[in-house]
Amino acid sequence: MLLYYLRLSALSYRRNPILSTLMVLAVAIGVGSYMVVFTLNYVMGGDPIPYKSDQLYHVSLDTGDPNHEDDPPEQLTYLDATALLDADRAFRETASSKFGGTIEPANPELRPFSIVGRGAMADFFPMFDVPFLFGSPWDAQADESMDNVVVLSRETNDRLFGGDNSVGESIIMNGEPYQVVGVINDWQPVPKYYDVNNGPFDSGEDAYIPWRILPAKNYSRPGNTNCWKAIDGRGADAFLNSECVWIQYWVELRDQNEAEDYLSFVNNYALQQKELGRFERPLNNNLFDVQEWMVEQEVLPDETRILSMLAGMLMAVCLLNTIGLLLSKFLGKSGEIGVRQALGANKRSLFIQHMIEAGFLGMLGGLLGLGAAAVGLRGIKYLLSSDFMVTDLIQLNVPVAMYTIALAVIATIVAGLYPIWRACNVNPAIHLKTQ
Amino acid sequence: MEIGPIFRTLLRNKLGVLLIAIQIAFTMTVMINAIFIINERTELVNTPSGMDDANLFHINVIGIGDDYNEQIAIADDLAMLNAIPGVIAATTINSLPVSGGGSSTGVRLEYDISQPSVGTAIYYGDNHTINTMDLELIAGEGFSELDVPYRDTNGFTNAAKTVISRQLAENLFPERAPGSVIGEYMFLPAGNEIQIVGVVEELVAPWPTSSVFHRSMLVPEIFLDGFSIYLIRTEPGQRDRVTPEVEAALVAANPERVVRALETMDETRADTFRVDSSLMVILWVIIGMLLFITGMGIVGLAVFSINRRRKQIGTRRALGASRLEILRYFMLENFMISTMGVLIGAALTIGLSIFISTAFNMPAMAWYYTPLGMLTLVVLGQLAVFGPSNGAAKTELAIATRSV
Repeated sequence: MLLYYLRLSALSYRRNPILSTLMVLAVAIGVGSYMVVFTLNYVMGGDPIPYKSDQLYHVSLDTGDPNHEDDPPEQLTYLDATALLDADRAFRETASSKFGGTIEPANPELRPFSIVGRGAMADFFPMFDVPFLFGSPWDAQADESMDNVVVLSRETNDRLFGGDNSVGESIIMNGEPYQVVGVINDWQPVPKYYDVNNGPFDSGEDAYIPWRILPAKNYSRPGNTNCWKAIDGRGADAFLNSECVWIQYWVELRDQNEAEDYLSFVNNYALQQKELGRFERPLNNNLFDVQEWMVEQEVLPDETRILSMLAGMLMAVCLLNTIGLLLSKFLGKSGEIGVRQALGANKRSLFIQHMIEAGFLGMLGGLLGLGAAAVGLRGIKYLLSSDFMVTDLIQLNVPVAMYTIALAVIATIVAGLYPIWRACNVNPAIHLKTQ
Repeated sequence: MEIGPIFRTLLRNKLGVLLIAIQIAFTMTVMINAIFIINERTELVNTPSGMDDANLFHINVIGIGDDYNEQIAIADDLAMLNAIPGVIAATTINSLPVSGGGSSTGVRLEYDISQPSVGTAIYYGDNHTINTMDLELIAGEGFSELDVPYRDTNGFTNAAKTVISRQLAENLFPERAPGSVIGEYMFLPAGNEIQIVGVVEELVAPWPTSSVFHRSMLVPEIFLDGFSIYLIRTEPGQRDRVTPEVEAALVAANPERVVRALETMDETRADTFRVDSSLMVILWVIIGMLLFITGMGIVGLAVFSINRRRKQIGTRRALGASRLEILRYFMLENFMISTMGVLIGAALTIGLSIFISTAFNMPAMAWYYTPLGMLTLVVLGQLAVFGPSNGAAKTELAIATRSV
């Protein structure tokens, strides 16, 4: 029976080609646009590390200006970061921040080039599940003794060593030799949750070194630095002792108990600092897990939210359109329906026949909409251009495609319910008359 | 005019009417709000920076190793750059307008940190910066070579003089002409004073969406931290020829450094506004699709509803109605439906625009958007229904005599 009804649907399409095509187009456009916006939201606002996003927390300390009302600073000062590191209270923790470096390749033919690197503790790599291609992270000992070790990104390794296993090799960075202990694979979480200070879709860093080297050797800081208070004195030490924030601090806490313990520890630390004259604002320290931190940092661009609303309305218009067109189409078939009823079709089979026809049109609309969505996403990628990290991930995957087609079929069937009901309730007698 | 009969007919087909009216309402809402957003963004993207963007480009120079004498390198580089034919002026600067990255600070007229400060962007340049950027000095003067100290650490500035933008002058000294603030002093967060020696008409901050966008101060001070940005202005039309020459010259001058990130100001602006430009294109596409669908929907429903009334039309024609009267009847019917649609649409539009303004921090929509939108959609509806109405008007009279 299903095949029979499908054949009827196809015949019906052929008999009203313009109306049917308009309907399919309307469904395609509505569903396609909706899926484009859905994908954008999903890519830009999704959970970058779903299996442990509720165990990774960004520490937020309110060391801001007591005379000024605004949000707590988004990063930590050197004094606080080192104090937390030394206390070593979390299951895993890391301070991290960007540094600027120049690498002088051993090959004199290659010109020196500059990189943006990241200082991090050894825990950084297991915390964020950074995938390694060769080698492994350094150990906690290297953190404390500030060994000149480096983990390279895949691109940097390709550039310096042609992609070979370079573990054990030495590179000259910022004028000093660094030994390669590991090479990581492609790693560009979207959003770049571990450091959104230069934009949530910033590209990843080219090399990683133990974090303590950064303040010790006064490497330049291409990240964000914010100072609400004037620095007391001149020179690098004055800067490190100031209230300038430039460090991201993440902890991994395995359950709620650990989280509560850590937060009390942080608050106690803040109270101690208050007695020394720091932390002048009322106590306002927090642990934000990944999702909470993304919301706090307003990572999802406003633009995607505006587009969601507009695409929703577009979809509504398309559906209303579909209802109207289905109404026209089915009421226009009154003659055929009349004949079928006269030949013995009951309301149920008429209903099923037309549901299948609606579903058939929905399926066509869904397939076309999938194509439209693919074109739309390709267009958006082109507009945003490849500088924008997120573009590589803006693509349809199989679950999303299935969802699109299902959405189209269900939407068309729902849109068709009233028209079908109207059509099936038509008095056959009128339409059986001829002249 | 058959308003009465048409109205009663519409009442009998509420669903069809509602379908079209709501489609028109939604289309109008989306279209008007989208066009408003597009206009806002267009204005933003085209905001002049105060500089001669079309002829400017910039390049980074990063010294390697501890032996790199940045002070001498900068002096030599700038001298060399100025000698290249086609180059009008070159300067060193810490950041650039509309680039997305830079420094800001807060200034006060009295040193009292419990009082609010006026936020402003701060640019560190030299005595050639104003000329290189081609800023318009509306009061006072720029800097001389002697005014430019060197620093080798980060922190707050030590310079004694500054040139500020008109907006900053107005915010600090309301009601006073720019010329009258020359000679006044401002306090920086560290407590040091700095004297205003000049005011420029416009110099925007690096961040277009920031509240400090039109407030900046230019301070003569060169940071010796191994990292320099050179900004170069060329004669009109020479930029693309000069750019590779400059890069090659800088590379050749000194191997102990990395020369990178050559970019024109136009490219920098395009990068900063890429999301806005993309959004505008996407919105236009959405508007186009909506108008297409609604238009087609009106055509489709009109054809259907006219077909159902063939007999009625034929009867009227047989009783003497002219083609024009039939045409007018259906155009009027559509006009009434559209009017209902745009009235609903007006309410929705205003509601959505208020929501967007408050939720996304955008200015309120100007009053004329809504009436213009209403007019557009009524016209669209009339255009859409013209074809089918014309077809209706051509109905043969003979249909009236059929009994089926």
